[in-house]
Amino acid sequence: MRAEGARAGSGPGGVKPFAELSQASVTVAGVSEQPLIYARGLVKRFGDFTAVDGIDLDVAAGEAFGFLGPNGAGKSSTMRMISCVSMPTSGELRILGMDPVRDGSRIRGRLGVCPQLDNLDPDLSVRENLTTYARYFGLSRAEARRRTEELLDFAQLREKASGAVEPLSGGMKRRLTIARALVNDPDLVLLDEPTTGLDPQARHLLWERLFRLKQRGTTLVLTTHYMDEAEQLCDRLVVMDGGRIVAQGSPRSLIETYSTPEVVELRFPDEADYAGKLEGIGRVDPLPDRILLYAEDGDAAVAEVHRRGLAPSSVLVRRSSLEDVFLQLTGRTLVD
Amino acid sequence: MVTTMLAARVSPGRVGAVLGRNVAALRTGPSYWLVLLSGFFEPVLYLLSIGVGVGALVGGLELPGGGVVDYAVFVAPAMLAVSAMSGALSETTFNFFFKMKYSKTFEAVLATPVRPLEIALGELSWALVRSSLYTGAFLVVMVALGLTSPVGALAAFPAALLVGVAFGGVGMAISTLMRGWQDFDLLTTGQFALFLFSGTFSPVRDYPAVMEAVVAVTPLFHAVELVRGLAVGQPGWGLLGHAAYLVVMAVAGLVFAARRIQRTLCV
Repeated sequence: MRAEGARAGSGPGGVKPFAELSQASVTVAGVSEQPLIYARGLVKRFGDFTAVDGIDLDVAAGEAFGFLGPNGAGKSSTMRMISCVSMPTSGELRILGMDPVRDGSRIRGRLGVCPQLDNLDPDLSVRENLTTYARYFGLSRAEARRRTEELLDFAQLREKASGAVEPLSGGMKRRLTIARALVNDPDLVLLDEPTTGLDPQARHLLWERLFRLKQRGTTLVLTTHYMDEAEQLCDRLVVMDGGRIVAQGSPRSLIETYSTPEVVELRFPDEADYAGKLEGIGRVDPLPDRILLYAEDGDAAVAEVHRRGLAPSSVLVRRSSLEDVFLQLTGRTLVD
Repeated sequence: MVTTMLAARVSPGRVGAVLGRNVAALRTGPSYWLVLLSGFFEPVLYLLSIGVGVGALVGGLELPGGGVVDYAVFVAPAMLAVSAMSGALSETTFNFFFKMKYSKTFEAVLATPVRPLEIALGELSWALVRSSLYTGAFLVVMVALGLTSPVGALAAFPAALLVGVAFGGVGMAISTLMRGWQDFDLLTTGQFALFLFSGTFSPVRDYPAVMEAVVAVTPLFHAVELVRGLAVGQPGWGLLGHAAYLVVMAVAGLVFAARRIQRTLCV
């Protein structure tokens, strides 16, 4: 719940000017005791299919929290329950201290949701997409206009404001969707695969915008199947697979727990069984196209490979990443 | 039950926001105006061709409440009911379906405090706006051509609004069941059958008995009877029955549509 002190500084309708967001939200993060998201034994079934199979969650105010997992892991189903659109099949769920079944509308009034697929209104201009959406949250016309102008700058869409949505690039549409999610100055922002399908440049611009929100103290919950995204943006994350949480912690602690500091990627010109010959150097993980060698010291491991007379066609020593954590936990690569 | 549901859950502001979205869309999309205009002309053309044109061959027609009127006077109120129906239906079928299924507009709205019933009410209000533009303009034409008195027009207008609400509610309900655009062919056919056989062009009492019984349960018949009774200045208690039919239709359609939005989009 938002503390009284933070509400006192609110503008009309309980919505603070964007510029004041940072200070107020930090205060909230400081005094908040109750988690913004609380789930115990959360289950979502669609007929015979169990999408989410009994998960527990606690997300505190000010956190940037991530769901990492492949397609079909149950991330989006969980997000839809958190956004109070889809109701849990069983288990306990509290969002902002309230019950989604009873107080769905009230909770949604304090959330910002950026869905996986853009659902911007094609019949409205860029600007109207924001003003119209603000009205759904009960903002006055004047407030909606003021807020829209701020967000057009935030999303870097000022030049496109009067135009239609359709001609926008994928990155611009995404930024508009995120801006739309911020129109009610939400306590909690939910982003379902915010950068999927974007080119690298658009992704980096979006990360920069999200990082800015995070610095302002906005609580972010996002799903992703990109490890770099999770490492860049999330303070804490859970790895989901088959509807369950298989690991959780900060990106760094997950890497430390489930992997080694460095990883050597080896490719060999032929199909011979090299995995056996690498035994003892470190944990060996043979993938269809390459062999991963988990080591404390990558260079030392490579030296040992050469000392054993093996001649890989390519060698890459890199820092361990969440991809390795995922591979270790589920036995398969993440991007699918 | 319905009233408590309405009272407890509906925020006029949010219904207004859904309505406001459609007003904003009107400003942006110029093609919509053409569609809007064509919807008005259709019943006017029928009135002129059949009511006035064929009417010249038919001559006078005896009303159930007594008195003989020109054929055009008999047909005009039916065309008024038809324009109320088609105005509401075109908004709540094609446009509603597109927003629900393709543009994902409702999906986006449901992520806000707006509830399914508020979406349905907002859309219905918008359908009513469109329907009343048609019927208002049509009544002006009727008075100008001497097909009803100004008093008759004032009495028929609220009845035409009710017809719009009733068909709007049912239109939304039908849209939530549509699987794809091909289903709209069925709807168009059904709508045309109602248009022809609802006591629109000839009194229902002239129909074969079986058909009269079938027609008596279809919606446009009740709409036509209600509007005609008021437009020709022959109000009676029987009109209340027709009005009640339309009220039930509106509420049932609205509640069903809201449930379906919930079931399809909130999963």
